Amino acid sequence: MSGTRDGSPADGDPVILTHDLTKIYPGADFRAVDELNLSVTSGEIFGLLGPNGAGKTTTAGMLTTRVIPTSGRAFIAGVDVVAHPTLAKQFIGVVSQSNTLDRQLTVWENLYFHGRLFGMSARESRATADELLAEFQLAKWATASVYALSGGMAQRLMVARSIFHRPAVLFMDEPTAGLDPQSRLALWEILQKLNADGQTILLTTHYMEEADQLCDRVAIMDHGRILALDTPAGLKQSVGIDTVVTVRAAGDQGALAAALEAGVAGITSIRVTPDALELRVHDGDRLLARVIAVAEAGGFAINDVSVAPPSLETVFISLTGKDLRD
Amino acid sequence: MEPSVTETPTSRTIVMGPRRSPLSSSRVALGALMLRDVRVLWGDFAIFVLRTIVQPFLLCFVFLYVFPKIGQSVGGARGEAAFATVLVAGVVGISVMFQGVQSVALQMSQEFGYTREIEDRVQAPCPIWLVAVEKVISGAVQGLISAAIVLPIASIVHARGVEAQIHLHWAVLLTLVPLACVAMGSLGLVLGTSFKPQNIGMMFGFVILPITFLGGTYYQWTRLAPVKVGSWHWLQTIVLVNPLLYVNEGMRAAFTDVPHMHLYVVYPVLLAFCVGFLSLGIRNFRRRVLS
Repeated sequence: MSGTRDGSPADGDPVILTHDLTKIYPGADFRAVDELNLSVTSGEIFGLLGPNGAGKTTTAGMLTTRVIPTSGRAFIAGVDVVAHPTLAKQFIGVVSQSNTLDRQLTVWENLYFHGRLFGMSARESRATADELLAEFQLAKWATASVYALSGGMAQRLMVARSIFHRPAVLFMDEPTAGLDPQSRLALWEILQKLNADGQTILLTTHYMEEADQLCDRVAIMDHGRILALDTPAGLKQSVGIDTVVTVRAAGDQGALAAALEAGVAGITSIRVTPDALELRVHDGDRLLARVIAVAEAGGFAINDVSVAPPSLETVFISLTGKDLRD
Repeated sequence: MEPSVTETPTSRTIVMGPRRSPLSSSRVALGALMLRDVRVLWGDFAIFVLRTIVQPFLLCFVFLYVFPKIGQSVGGARGEAAFATVLVAGVVGISVMFQGVQSVALQMSQEFGYTREIEDRVQAPCPIWLVAVEKVISGAVQGLISAAIVLPIASIVHARGVEAQIHLHWAVLLTLVPLACVAMGSLGLVLGTSFKPQNIGMMFGFVILPITFLGGTYYQWTRLAPVKVGSWHWLQTIVLVNPLLYVNEGMRAAFTDVPHMHLYVVYPVLLAFCVGFLSLGIRNFRRRVLS
């Protein structure tokens, strides 16, 4: 790996590398990020998944020079981001959680001046701004004020701006928080397309669907530490569960759980939520029929049974014992 | 497409490392930030001019036109013209200060508060302090433009005979006015990084108003001696903490022949205010954007 101008990491070289990266905020008595060792390879979409306060945004902040680590080191394409922030900022792109568009400029100018900021000539900035507006379907808003944009359009413009200078890594902090489902899907499509063109992306999210759908690899974080890191499929396999059965029935949930655990083979654990039971099952045989038979034999009236493969939520719960939403 | 590096970037080439030295990258970024400010200023130039001249125009209109007309004289017998000469310099001084407040403090307070634009601005490929310094430079340039617009207006709006005696001292003018503009831009940086947008009213009430009224805008510092308790010239002493005082006394030295505070004092103190405000402002700025 090389941080020089000639360094051209191929797919698979680490583009983000951290060594024991740690952050303790002034006045806090806990580690927001705790000795994080991360290696993100060129060309992947890497997700930091975890609940609020897990340390995802702090991690992204340290990698983008906004948060100063308490200890440890971080490199992007070989450049130490703490020691050389001005070098590092030249080739990273950042989309933050809030709308940070320049309100005094038009949509087109937001792109154009970004290009100038990163050292492009006027001609090149103009051409790239036109090109990106077309590509992100914002061309007809070119001369509009950014106040005229909807949330989804503003987000698209921020993504266009962040990749304007073709950064080695695009950092996105909770990119779809607050977007309507349609805009979220549209943004996922854009990110997939960028990635297909070779863009490395690191995103933080607390939406498990987002991590699952979008990311090549996902690090599940809680309390500043990485609990598990793998492909979404690998993570789901790692918990030793192949099916999650959700049972909604009237009556004493504890008694029903005990009856099912005794009567259905392959149940590894049961989670009692206020309105349902979640059975985590490994190698269950004739599962649904057994669940219904056991419940009815115990005198429980079943309202609903559903079967689903394990999700990243399942992985998170089995790692931490709590919900992502908690 | 595979990520690759070439010497001449195109929009389709992924950049896998820094292209410029920190110095060169910072110079480019500074230029672009200034260019953006010029664009914004140019787009709103008419409003900028109006905003700049309203206050000086009203001050001159009331004090130098209405007062003489209704016989409510200021400055005693035959003192109206002398007062005009004192006021004109002060009017240019407060215009420069208001420009610093308007273009740096209000702007920055908003960018930190409501719009969060600052989060993107500090990702510019330059040191964070340079983003703050650029705002001060931009505010200082707008201050210079204001001074150039306001001086002629202040010297023509008056009743017959109530004429300011303008005498330009070019050496002082060309050095002191820019210094004053930088000092007021730096003051704007301190205010903008200290006050949250919801507290801007407080900033005007408790900082801007006292600075304006006790900054030698309407009177010469050299004539404050009679305000005293016992032998202590308390007002003349207390107002020495006011940066606007040195701006106004300096303007007096630059535009008129009236007595003013000695330039040996005005220059070093203004310079000290620049350094002090800039370092405090940059420290505040870094604290607000870094954690």
